[in-house]
Amino acid sequence: MVPESYYVTLSAILFSIGVVGVVIRRNPLVIFMSIELMLNAANLALVAFGQRIGNLDGQAVVFFVMAVAAAEVAVGLAIIVTIFRVRRRLSVDELSVMRW
Amino acid sequence: MAQVSFFVIAAIAVGSALGLILRPNAIHGALFLVVNLGSIAALYLTLGAEFLAAAQVIVYAGAIMVLFVFAIMVLIPGKEESGPDAKRGARIMAVPVGALLLLLLAFVIIGRWTVPQGPAGPSGSAAAVGRLLFTSYLFPFELTSVLLLAAMVGVLLLARRRPG
Repeated sequence: MVPESYYVTLSAILFSIGVVGVVIRRNPLVIFMSIELMLNAANLALVAFGQRIGNLDGQAVVFFVMAVAAAEVAVGLAIIVTIFRVRRRLSVDELSVMRW
Repeated sequence: MAQVSFFVIAAIAVGSALGLILRPNAIHGALFLVVNLGSIAALYLTLGAEFLAAAQVIVYAGAIMVLFVFAIMVLIPGKEESGPDAKRGARIMAVPVGALLLLLLAFVIIGRWTVPQGPAGPSGSAAAVGRLLFTSYLFPFELTSVLLLAAMVGVLLLARRRPG
């Protein structure tokens, strides 16, 4: 049996990789994917903790996180596509104002 | 045996996460993310969360990644990060900061691991999770449908072609 602390440690590693990815990349799509990575790391920790204390509430929360992530991806990608349509370029360094 | 499979899957997960943030091409990153999501689904299976493993594959690897790949294809990949990087120094600083964050999280996990050990692992089958979702979590579950509907309408509004 693998201790749950291993899962939480793996979750911490994946989360840190996601944070670094958000900062070092310039492509908003890759930044978005790094955010998905962080969400999944948090989900993994939730399931591991739920398993540890022996109830299913952690898994129910993960289900809701998945639903919210799906909505978030749809809206976020629509925003990115709209920005690209207006500006024809896609680099986060140039996207510093909320208008065009 | 369980330990070996955990470490193999964990290595795949970390390697694919690194591939996602290090490969310059966004489409490679998307494929690495698919591998990562699949390995996390496998980890859910090793934790006994069968319903979540299936939902992970269907929702993330199926629906969300299709959207990502579609958006990358629409937006002409590989042209965004070709020019010189004006903020290179600041970006390189991200690596030590990320390492620091990892160190901090590791300290919290190792130093304060006092989560009480509960009863033996509950079954994460679709029946058990579904019963929980439709009893204790019924209201949030219904709210989720409103959220998804709002997201759908919002996306249609955002993505419609504006006149002129």
